[in-house]
Amino acid sequence: MSNPAKRQTTALDKALRFGLYAMLIAMAAVYLAPFIVMLLTSLKDVEEIRTGTLLSLPGSIDFSAWSKAWSGACTGSQCEGMAPYFFNSFKIVIPAVAISTLLGAINGYVISHWKFRGSDFFFAALLVGCFIPFQVILLPMARTLGWLGIANTTAGLVMVHVVYGVAFTTLFFRNFYQAIPVELVKAARLDGAGFFTIFYRIILPVSTPIIVVTVIWQFTQIWNDFLFGVAFSGFDTQPVTVALNNLVNTSFGGKEYNVDMAAAIIAALPTLLVYVLAGKYFVRGLTAGAVKG
Amino acid sequence: MNKNAAKAGSTATPAGRPARLSLADWMPKIVMAPTVVAAVVCIYGYMIWTAVLSFTNSRMLPTYNFVGFDQYERLFMNDRWLVALSNLGIFGGLFILICLFLGVMLAIFLDQKIRAEGAIRTIYLYPMAISFIVTGTAWKWLLNPTNGIEKMMIEMGFEDFRFGWLTDPDMVVYCLVIAAVWQASGFVMALFLAGLRGVDGEMIKAAQLDGAGIFTTYRRIILPSLKPVFFSALVILSHIAIKSFDLVAALTNGGPGYSSDLPANFMYAHAFTRSQIGLGAASAMVMLGCVLAILIPYLYSELRGERHE
Repeated sequence: MSNPAKRQTTALDKALRFGLYAMLIAMAAVYLAPFIVMLLTSLKDVEEIRTGTLLSLPGSIDFSAWSKAWSGACTGSQCEGMAPYFFNSFKIVIPAVAISTLLGAINGYVISHWKFRGSDFFFAALLVGCFIPFQVILLPMARTLGWLGIANTTAGLVMVHVVYGVAFTTLFFRNFYQAIPVELVKAARLDGAGFFTIFYRIILPVSTPIIVVTVIWQFTQIWNDFLFGVAFSGFDTQPVTVALNNLVNTSFGGKEYNVDMAAAIIAALPTLLVYVLAGKYFVRGLTAGAVKG
Repeated sequence: MNKNAAKAGSTATPAGRPARLSLADWMPKIVMAPTVVAAVVCIYGYMIWTAVLSFTNSRMLPTYNFVGFDQYERLFMNDRWLVALSNLGIFGGLFILICLFLGVMLAIFLDQKIRAEGAIRTIYLYPMAISFIVTGTAWKWLLNPTNGIEKMMIEMGFEDFRFGWLTDPDMVVYCLVIAAVWQASGFVMALFLAGLRGVDGEMIKAAQLDGAGIFTTYRRIILPSLKPVFFSALVILSHIAIKSFDLVAALTNGGPGYSSDLPANFMYAHAFTRSQIGLGAASAMVMLGCVLAILIPYLYSELRGERHE
């Protein structure tokens, strides 16, 4: 009596599950398609692009667009490819990530374990810094960089990224350190351990996960930045995003979409690599600010 | 005297201890000082500075001739600004709605004990790792009216297929929506998936024992319990929308004409390339107002929630 009914539901279940998988895979194809198109286009020559379609395969694998994008394509008035700007980005990202992560760790440590009058209020005030539209600080910052004599320099860009990154790094570390028992720190203080001793001996050894999350978050944010790059960099200090935009919008002669796409992949490669290698931490960073706990 | 010393503990002399305590008291403030100074100056100070500039008639260089609300009046008489604002409304509204819809749907689908969930999740989320400039460059090619998707569909046999949104002033803003949804919807999925994993299993079991089907369980029990996630996603998405600048720069450069400008692009163009600092500052202040209108209720409810815990 119950047997046929049960068989029916499993058949329905199977159909539903099939539909579910079909849907999920179709969506995955949609998300992947732009990257596949970029890759295919970057491997074609101009003639193949003209005659073929987005998803048509290249006749032979041709890396000349890649080498042109890397070292020969014109970005505005210069024609040195993406390479110099790729390294510019590293020159900006490495110090900016290091300094903002260190400051965030110390700030988070103070706000969670060495509270003083006004530290909570300051934390709330700093959080606003995570959310303001940066347009509201662009003009004064441009003036300030000029006064400090670091307008259009790598140092200036590093400073800007540190100043506006610290709000996020502090938030990350504060939320993480909040979970370390207060008693642990209190006991160490009673034993006579000072501010930095406790930080080195107790806090830092357990901080590896949050350091990884913060470094990945900051790396992605600063590498992908365009607004500060375009507003505050000079010709020879431009980050890779600005160079890519210039390359795509430089119109000498015919449009070379294969070079555009190769350049775009080059600009995306470092953050994509980080995502593929450490996706778990990347997601944790993304959701850290949004989902409490 | 002796008693006191004993009380203070064996590690410090009565004279040494207060001195060290005071240094320890100061240390947290000393190490926080750079951040405090930077935040006060570079966030709040600059906000006020921009507000001041918005009341002046500064053009190429900041000057301090105050003209009251003139710049704001000019701003709201400026057709380009009104186009940018209405684009923000269309772009922001659609971007948020579609991202929420796709994100929730994909999260629920992925939460059905799917094989290879990790791989699929990775694919949905990877666009979030790349720059909007790269996204814009890629979609500029995909949406290219002659060589892009249109040509592919025609070759596939849909001879009348036309897709020229990128060069159509009335439709170009939807191109921004498509690219931005592609980039950010996976992130919403990740948020909701994390939320779904945190839903109390007992509650779901109880509902199913009461005879609720899977759809009812989701509609009545699970989704309502994810209200805070909805709220967070809403705030983050609207924040992305209001700050959108790079995507426009790379995908449309504001064109055709200025038909796909967003406020952030308007601000940059006027403050940095068109020598209209006063007007640019005024537009930045309006943007700040929009963000605060969303942020203040959110922070208020977050802080109230924390106090209740």
